[in-house]
Formats: sequence, C-alpha cells, structure tokens
Amino acid sequence: MFARLARSVARANGMPTTRQAFVPQPVVGRSTDELRAYVDGEDPVNGGAFMQRVIEGLTHPLQDEDLDGVSFDRSAPRLLDADTEDGLQRLFMQERWTDFLPVVMPTEQRVAAMLGGTSRKPDEIVGRMRPTAFREFWEFTVEKVAVNAVMAGASPEYLPVILAAMSSGMTARSSSTTSFATIAMVNGPIRNEIGMNSGIGAFGPYNHANATIGRAFGLASQNLQGGSTPNETYMGSQGNSYAYSAAFAENEERSPWTPFHVQHGFDAGTSAVSVFFGGWYTQFGTIRDDTWEERFRVQMRASDPFSGPLVALDPLAANKLVDYGFDTREKLVEWLSENSVRPAREYWDNQWMQTLVRPWAVLGQEPFAGYLDAAPDDELRTYRPQDISVAVVGGETGGTYKMIGGALRETIVSVDDWR
Amino acid sequence: MPEKLTVHDPRGYPPQVTGKPLAPRLQSLEGRTLYLVDCLFDNSDAFVDQMHAWFAEHMPGVDVRRIKPRESWVDDPEMCAAIQQDGDAAVLAVGL
Repeated sequence: MFARLARSVARANGMPTTRQAFVPQPVVGRSTDELRAYVDGEDPVNGGAFMQRVIEGLTHPLQDEDLDGVSFDRSAPRLLDADTEDGLQRLFMQERWTDFLPVVMPTEQRVAAMLGGTSRKPDEIVGRMRPTAFREFWEFTVEKVAVNAVMAGASPEYLPVILAAMSSGMTARSSSTTSFATIAMVNGPIRNEIGMNSGIGAFGPYNHANATIGRAFGLASQNLQGGSTPNETYMGSQGNSYAYSAAFAENEERSPWTPFHVQHGFDAGTSAVSVFFGGWYTQFGTIRDDTWEERFRVQMRASDPFSGPLVALDPLAANKLVDYGFDTREKLVEWLSENSVRPAREYWDNQWMQTLVRPWAVLGQEPFAGYLDAAPDDELRTYRPQDISVAVVGGETGGTYKMIGGALRETIVSVDDWR
Repeated sequence: MPEKLTVHDPRGYPPQVTGKPLAPRLQSLEGRTLYLVDCLFDNSDAFVDQMHAWFAEHMPGVDVRRIKPRESWVDDPEMCAAIQQDGDAAVLAVGL
C-alpha cells in the first residue's frame, strides 16, 4: 500500500534508487508470530524473500545511477496553454487540481480581480506547506493563493481570510492515514464585513463566504503543497467530508463569553482565523439539566485521546452553561479537562498515543511521563486545557452542540495582516 | 468554435531536487555492526524484535544493535551521529 509513497519520497530526496524492502501491511496490531511470519516471508512488492532483499540492499554493489542520484526541476510556467473551458475543466480534474467538483477557471482577469482583495504584492511569499512531516515543503505566493481562491468561487474580499489560513502553514490536506481535515473559525469585524454566517446553518451549506473560504483553504493546500494524490501524497484510509469545506464564523454577538480570539490574546477589534487540525469525529448533544455532566463525560471519553475536541456550542447551549456557573469560557474548558478521564489501558491502547505521545512520555514530558506507570484501571486525564477549544456558533433554533475532533496547535493568525 | 481561455497554473513552487549518492555498500555483513532503527510507529518495536531475532538465528556474526530516535517524525542528530560513529550499516523500520 505504501510502496508508491516510499518511492515518491525517495525520488523527491534525490535518491530514487534507495533500497527498499516491503512486508505485508498492516504491522499495527499484528502479533509476534504474525510479524515473524512477515520477516520470514516474501516481499509482496519486489518479490523474493524479504530478508534476502534487506541483505542485498546492504551489500550489493552500487551502480552509476546509485552514485549520481537524480536532480530535477519541477517548476511550471505561470500560465497554462490556452484551451476551451471544457478542456481545462478536464485537465484540472485529470491533474487532481480540484476536489472533483467544477471549479471557476483562474483566468488572468479573475486572478487580477481577486488580488484586489489584498494590499499585499502578488509575488510576496505567504508561506510553505507540506502534506506531512516527511515530505518536502513547497512555497507559495499571494498570487498562487489568489488563483486557488478563484477556483473555489471566492470573492476578492474573502482573500485576507484565505491568505491568513494559508499563512498558518497548517495544511487542509494532510496525507495522514487517519484522514484529517482542517477547520477554520473566523473572529472579529471581518466576519460581518464579508457576510460570514455564524447563525443558522453556519457549518453549511448556507453561506457563500463560509462555503468558498473553506473550499479555497482546501484547494490551495492541495495545490500549493505539492498535491494530495491517493497512494502518494494522500493516505487517508476513509477520507473526510469536512475536507470539502469547513469554515465558519464565531457568533460573538450572541455568545455569553469574550470572543475566542480574545481568549487567545487578540484585541476584540482585530480579526483572526483559528485553524483546528482534526475532523476525525463529530458528536452531537443538547444541554439537559439532569444529564449534561454525564453526557459530556461520556462524549469526552468517546473522543480520540490524540485529537482533543473543538466544542461548538449554540448560543442557547452556551447560555445554559452560564446558568450552571460557567461564566467564562476558561472555566468550562477547565471542567471539561478535569472530566476527560479514561482508564490507562484505554488511553495507551491507541496507535497515535503509542507512536507520538509515548516517546514524549519516555523523554519525561509531563503529564505523559507520569502516565507511563499507571495501572491499567487507573483513571487518566485525557486532555489538558490547551487541548480543548470551546466556540459559540449557531442560530438559536436549538440548544445543541457539536464535539468535533480538532486540535488548535498555536495556529491563530491575524487576518488584518493580510488585508 | 468555443472560446479558448488562458488560465493560471494553480500549483505552488517545489524545491529543486538535487541528486545524492547512496552510501557505500558493504561486501559482507559478517563481523560488521548493523543498526536496526525503530522508527517508533505503533508496533514497530515488535517488528524490529523479529528482525533482530532473525539475524541472531541466521547471521549470528553480525553485531545487530537496536536504536530509536527521541521523537517520531523529528530528526535526531544524536542518533544519526551514534550510527555514523559506531555502525557500518543501518536499516530503518517500519511503517504502518
């Protein structure tokens, strides 16, 4: 399953003949005996005995091509060859530059109009992005973001929000096997200036700005990071419908608390976009007097321990929680953190806790280090306060909330810097 | 005849790829030090255990050592330096 990806990474590092040997997949969850059978067995990609392939890779003499590596330049002309609208739609789909819905063709005129949405120069570097930690960074300019914003159907006045999201460096097209999506929430005056929806149907699909900003973030991510192609730069086993478009505004006007970006150090008069990396799970609920605590505890435990939740509360739900004493957002976050407990056996029996968090624990990073020696039934706090985000969004037709996997990894970006 | 459009290429700017030579190969592993690098993916330690066991059974003359980086997906210069100083070869294992 990973052979094409492994070869692609080797090539992008200038060493396409890097020796590789493969065992069947998966390795995760396989017993000692099964893994030994892998080692003793055949290489399902190259053929022959796996260990023979390993030993030959270490000992067979190198050829000229091994010593030279490969140097190449993948840069492309700024403009494509002229073609008809239908021909270009086909080309964009064949090249996987779309989300397989029709796109608006980025003509020179449309891109120039889009660039009118910012004072930044077209050739200014916005940032770098890559689909995962082991791929190479690609770089992109204001103009390149504008091209993708046109494709998504966005209006020029949305461009500062899209540029801000892209400048975060957080891709909306992670290649992870876990099928990440990236969710963007907008705060501050720009929400109303560009007509974003924070009320009824804010999560979609009922608003042009929300829909196209989220889509632009996704298209720009995939095209400006070097692609999002299955088996090569995308390995999400199931995919993620949030990845089509996931952008909304916080309902600051109806929230009982200070705006989300103010909680994180911004002035209320500034605009910011917060980028949440996750989208793994979504749970729903309503706030009921007798059972809200139990429901929150159950849902926190049902959430993946590696991906802390974004708790998006309708204003009716948020105000109900104020009645219970949560007069600040921080108090609610603290309560959720304290009540996000699960037994150690469940906490550690998780692919990503093993792969990413256990090494931090072994290095002594708290609180994880203290969890290593926990007995299987010891209750561990799953999320630190900084792992939980609370937002207010919705149109007050119901006292509902959503709990969505979405970690905020210090990715709140000023929109005003990109106006 | 449909109108033809000229449009922008939507792709970003890739880094220049510069060819690198592979490390010199050994004539034989006998008497040599081979590092098995556990890349920290879930269960990779169990897989590396089995590779280690295979060498012990089939090629006992190879000095096989286990090593792992400090964190997943983060370069570990100390680990690389240790392999360069004490090792003759290395195998990185394993993925998902």
